[in-house]
Amino acid sequence: MRLFNIKRTIWAALAFGIMLSLGSVAPASAQQQAPADEAALLLQLKGGPVTGRVSIPDAKSGVLIQPQGRDWRQTLEGPVKSAGGWLLVLTVVALAAFLAIRGRIKIEHGMSGRTIERFKGIERFAHWLTAICFVILGLSGLNISFGRSLLLPVMGPEAFTGLTAFGKLAHNFLSFPFVLGVLLMAVLWIRHNIFNAIDMEWFRQGGGLLQKGVHPPAGKFNGGQKIIFWLVVLGAAALAVSGYMLMFPFYVTDIAGMQLAQLVHAIAGILMVAVILAHIYIGSIGMEGAFDAMGSGQVDVNWAREHHSLWVKDVTARGAGDD
Amino acid sequence: MARMKFLCDSERCIECNACVTACKNENEVPWGINRRRVVTLNDGAKGERSISMACMHCEDAPCMAVCPVDCFYKTDEGVVLHSKDLCIGCGYCFYACPFGAPQYPQVGNFGSRGKMDKCTFCAGGPEADNTKEEYAKYGANRLAEGKLPLCAEMCSTKALLAGDGDVIAQIYKERVSRRGYGSGAWGWATAYKSGTAA
Repeated sequence: MRLFNIKRTIWAALAFGIMLSLGSVAPASAQQQAPADEAALLLQLKGGPVTGRVSIPDAKSGVLIQPQGRDWRQTLEGPVKSAGGWLLVLTVVALAAFLAIRGRIKIEHGMSGRTIERFKGIERFAHWLTAICFVILGLSGLNISFGRSLLLPVMGPEAFTGLTAFGKLAHNFLSFPFVLGVLLMAVLWIRHNIFNAIDMEWFRQGGGLLQKGVHPPAGKFNGGQKIIFWLVVLGAAALAVSGYMLMFPFYVTDIAGMQLAQLVHAIAGILMVAVILAHIYIGSIGMEGAFDAMGSGQVDVNWAREHHSLWVKDVTARGAGDD
Repeated sequence: MARMKFLCDSERCIECNACVTACKNENEVPWGINRRRVVTLNDGAKGERSISMACMHCEDAPCMAVCPVDCFYKTDEGVVLHSKDLCIGCGYCFYACPFGAPQYPQVGNFGSRGKMDKCTFCAGGPEADNTKEEYAKYGANRLAEGKLPLCAEMCSTKALLAGDGDVIAQIYKERVSRRGYGSGAWGWATAYKSGTAA
């Protein structure tokens, strides 16, 4: 009986020793190999994805844990949606305040009754193709981002899903005519949109936007319009590249690339909506006579002289209204 | 009420893929969809281990947070489920999910992924329990029958545990104290704030 007890004590001591040595060996080997513990492995990978081998013929499923999903979610839910949402609200408020203080920019010398051709049919076609697509793309995009908070409580789940599913389809397929419209505008107008010294003077005078009776000289496009042109071309490029990556998922990138593409698309989309809100304002209620340029294509001569003096000189000198 | 969780003890997983097969069969999962998969880390090298992974039914579920149409819901038992009638197949839940759980029946060009499918913890969907409609869309509702998910029930080495989070964590802790070392309850640190003490 006593002997047996001693035996047991020896065995227990041995087992304890083995356990201790295992315990001290395990961390050493863990430094060479991936640690067995999830938290330790994530720490070692610095939050990168844990990837292994799977017998399923789908490379994506080899990613066991991708903690960056959390970062993507937090960036999207936090900065992108809240800052983006406020940016849009502030844009509308700022435009309303501008209208209240500055009022509608009138043609100083009144309508002359004579018109001059500003945009040809193909130019207006390119503009309106892009514009109509952008309005639907923008609204369906905003719905994906903000519809859950704003529309879902009003519409109810079934109707909201119907609308959003339709919006997603429209968003995907209207991207093609949108890109076509932007390409057309880029080809038609790029030579008129190179910045020069005249634009610097235009910017120095605030484009004549802030004071009545100030009309800095400008060619076919003034400095502000050139900014819009480049924002549209570059913004559309960012939206197209990131958007087609989202539309053809995992063709050219992995999960991290898909998350980045979504963030780029969301940020560029919200910025473009804010820019285009200002563009729509100045092209419609913000300025008398401006809408005709893209409406009928014929603008009043007095409007043209005030806002695009150098262009009017050019056109009348050549005796043709093409550009 | 019990808070349902999965726990994979990678020390015991032998990569037999029985859980994957059991899941596919029990839920009649369509071709190309794997609600559960076994991932092998350090394959063929020292420190090799396999982990069976599916939806972990997270505490603060990222899929639920990012869904543009709010199609997810959480049961009283902590199981994260979704409505295929509301899902628009946008793919956001897949970008957000740390475990790659959401699956889509198609590749997804032009946004044609189809309705998202994922592990339901064998708890069906929003339809009435154990109806034909529920089975067709979401598979079995074993929880309503008082049974646990088949993947874990089938596991020959009992590496994969499913059930009340406190109970399975206790079983795992006892194993760890008996063998003297843990193997990491894979996914717990990411899915549940608490993780496991062991």
